[in-house]
Amino acid sequence: MSHHIVAVKDLEYTYPDGTPAIQGVSFRITHGESVAIVGANGAGKSTLLMHLNGYLTPREGSVQVGDFPLTKATVSDVRRSVGMVFQDPDDQLFMPTVFDDVAFGPLNLGLPAEDVKVRVSDALSRMDVLHLKDRPPYKLSGGEKRAVAIAAVLSMSPDVLVMDEPTTGLDPRARRQLIAQLDSFQHTKIIATHDLDLVLDLCQRTIVIHAGKVMADGPTLEIFNDGKLLERCHLEKPLRLQGCPVCGRD
Amino acid sequence: MHMADALLTPAVGGTMWAATAGTIAYCSRKVKLEMDDSKVPLMGVLAAFIFAAQMINFTIPGTGSSGHLGGGMILAILLGPYAAFLAMASVLTVQALFFADGGLLALGCNIFNLGIFPCFIAYPLIYRPLVGESPSQRRIFLAAIVSAVFGLQLGAFGVVLETVLSGVSSLPFNTFVSLMQPIHLAIGIVEGLVTAAVVLFVWKARPEILKYADSARSLCGLSLKKVLVGLAIVTVVTGGSLSWFASANPDGLEWAILGVTGSEEVEEGESGLHAALAWLQECFAFLPDYGFAQPETSSEKVAEEAAEAWPAVDAGTSVSGLIGGIMTLALAALIGLLLKRRQRPQVG
Amino acid sequence: MSRIETAFFEIGSLDTLAGGDTFVHRLDPRAKVVTTLIFICCVVSFQKYQLSALLPFFIFPAVLLTTAQLPVGFLLKKLLFVAPFAFFIGVFNPFFDQTILFHVGPVGISGGWVSFASIMLRFCLTISMALILIATTSFNGVCMALEKIGAPRVFTVQLLLLHRYLFVLVGEASRLVKARALRSFNGRGTGMTVFGHIVGQLLLRTLDRAQRIHLAMQCRGFTGEIHQMRLFRFGWHEFFFTLAWSAVFLILRFYNLSQLLGGFLLEFAQ
Repeated sequence: MSHHIVAVKDLEYTYPDGTPAIQGVSFRITHGESVAIVGANGAGKSTLLMHLNGYLTPREGSVQVGDFPLTKATVSDVRRSVGMVFQDPDDQLFMPTVFDDVAFGPLNLGLPAEDVKVRVSDALSRMDVLHLKDRPPYKLSGGEKRAVAIAAVLSMSPDVLVMDEPTTGLDPRARRQLIAQLDSFQHTKIIATHDLDLVLDLCQRTIVIHAGKVMADGPTLEIFNDGKLLERCHLEKPLRLQGCPVCGRD
Repeated sequence: MHMADALLTPAVGGTMWAATAGTIAYCSRKVKLEMDDSKVPLMGVLAAFIFAAQMINFTIPGTGSSGHLGGGMILAILLGPYAAFLAMASVLTVQALFFADGGLLALGCNIFNLGIFPCFIAYPLIYRPLVGESPSQRRIFLAAIVSAVFGLQLGAFGVVLETVLSGVSSLPFNTFVSLMQPIHLAIGIVEGLVTAAVVLFVWKARPEILKYADSARSLCGLSLKKVLVGLAIVTVVTGGSLSWFASANPDGLEWAILGVTGSEEVEEGESGLHAALAWLQECFAFLPDYGFAQPETSSEKVAEEAAEAWPAVDAGTSVSGLIGGIMTLALAALIGLLLKRRQRPQVG
Repeated sequence: MSRIETAFFEIGSLDTLAGGDTFVHRLDPRAKVVTTLIFICCVVSFQKYQLSALLPFFIFPAVLLTTAQLPVGFLLKKLLFVAPFAFFIGVFNPFFDQTILFHVGPVGISGGWVSFASIMLRFCLTISMALILIATTSFNGVCMALEKIGAPRVFTVQLLLLHRYLFVLVGEASRLVKARALRSFNGRGTGMTVFGHIVGQLLLRTLDRAQRIHLAMQCRGFTGEIHQMRLFRFGWHEFFFTLAWSAVFLILRFYNLSQLLGGFLLEFAQ
């Protein structure tokens, strides 16, 4: 399945007020890769993600998802193959019950009721939250909300998963569990995050963005060991790669 | 102020329900025709915002009391009349169901009083013309206050009319009006100030948001007349027919049932017509001196009404009614208890 | 502020109650909505001086409360909470309507007191039924019922979204209020200007959120229609429930059960 490619070429974006947000970003992600997009606040990560799900269509440069170059005409095809997990699960869980929410996408695809049910319970069991099926979203904990939000995207069987800060607001255990679950997925994954420890666990490849430009693109370990680069981009080595504060050993 | 079920007769409540339901249907069609699917979440979330904003209060200078944001005007300014009406209707529905504000029959009245007046009268006829083509800080401020006051005055007057027409409360029209309007003048001014403060904040921070509502304006200006005319027709027709039912025999429901079954008391029809005419007469007369039960002038009428309502006002039946009432209450409680006991084994 | 905040906790608890699993909870929402409306219409259609005939109507809330295993105290408290308006208007009746209707011993009872009591009875009956409806049906259920009965989809979808984001936005607002309270001293900081800024902020955030929600919907194939799977069925249970109770209401409406029972008892005693 070589068609699950995400290719961004010379992408530029300027806010309506004239501030440049993305200035000539290019990368190519192939099937099954797990890629982190890291960068400081305001580096342009979110704007970049908005281009990957077709919320913004490129004015300069191009974005290609699978076989489709992203244009107004192909937006719905692109959205079908890219599953987007939002930073705040409250924005994403808008239906009255967990079941309704996870069924929202498949029903919009026009699937028959039986198929929808199967997809919903599959997606929920994959995230270990099948028991929450009938609960209203506002009665879920942060970790549960996150799991349901991901299930809601999985139920559409996307080829590519795009996630914005998947671990914010999670307690250590929920975070650990989420990392294990994400690791088990075969999807192409693109994760925008500040949580560099998560990146160490999940992503072989990292793209560093700073001030709307790609500063580095390569194997995660290599990038995280380049202290100068990280500092320049307002980032910091993940804790696990830093020296021990007690014994001082690397 | 919310209208309550307990003060309504089915005729008045039903009329207002019909008028409100018609408007909801009309606005839903309008919103759907606009084909802007981003309005769907926007309306729902802004309605929730109205609740949330009501949690934030402020001190009114010099009084020590506090005020907060009302709903209708700010929604109309942000969403335009149709979407705003739907959002306001949903706010009131949630209030009726969860906070038991008013009740289900009164919901029609409440949506009418607090939704239609601000969205279809105060907004298009006062706010828009006052703000004009080139809004300025002073214009927005003035328009927000005047329209909020006016909308609320109409709403309060609606409550008075609905209550007096229902006649469950004995408050004379004049007294009730002179009670409600001044209170709501004060509330309206506060609400207007608050609306102005919030609208000005948005206007300075993100003027494009207010333009968004403006763009829907041509649409609203075009068919506003139709809305009002349609509304008037619906109200008159349903109000007329329902109140004829209601007044033909003071118990509308009884009349309807009798009419359907066609049984007994044909002579009722004659007195029914008479009653209807009397009702009409009362309707036209009530503005100058409509006192339901001013003790001196109309005590006979009250006695008459009382005699009608309480089939025979002698001690015997009253006592039997009292005893029987207590008995049935006890019976209801007993049935409840029995059911509960029967359920325990299932639960445990 | 505390009033509204507690009210929101109560929304949560009403929703929890609606999650119960009893015969009443399992009924199709339409049956409950229709029956409740018929009940309310019957109750308010009585004459303003009617008292005794209203009392038997308590049978319906009593039966529902017990079969649905709802906590009586909680609902009574909610009832008290919203009583002021009906009370405020009704309490004028004794002043304006002083015709003596009947005597209990030496004390004459005026029409005003009777109609005031009648208003309060109506209030208890209608409001408790509205609360019981939501506590056995859930908001979602009521919305579905409304839609099936013919309410426009745009409207019901919007009701659902309102209910969903109520909690999120109230949480945000209460954080703002706390933040303001912590830095306001001697009444400074709680005036109009600050208020305008806070509410304005909240409004802008809300608008941004609406945009994100719309995006989230679009990402999952939303094109203006929200589809939901309906799992309700209007079967024999519902049919009988609606029919039987409506019959009871109509009988109670036209035959004053209290009067009949009392008369019978008095006769028996003689």
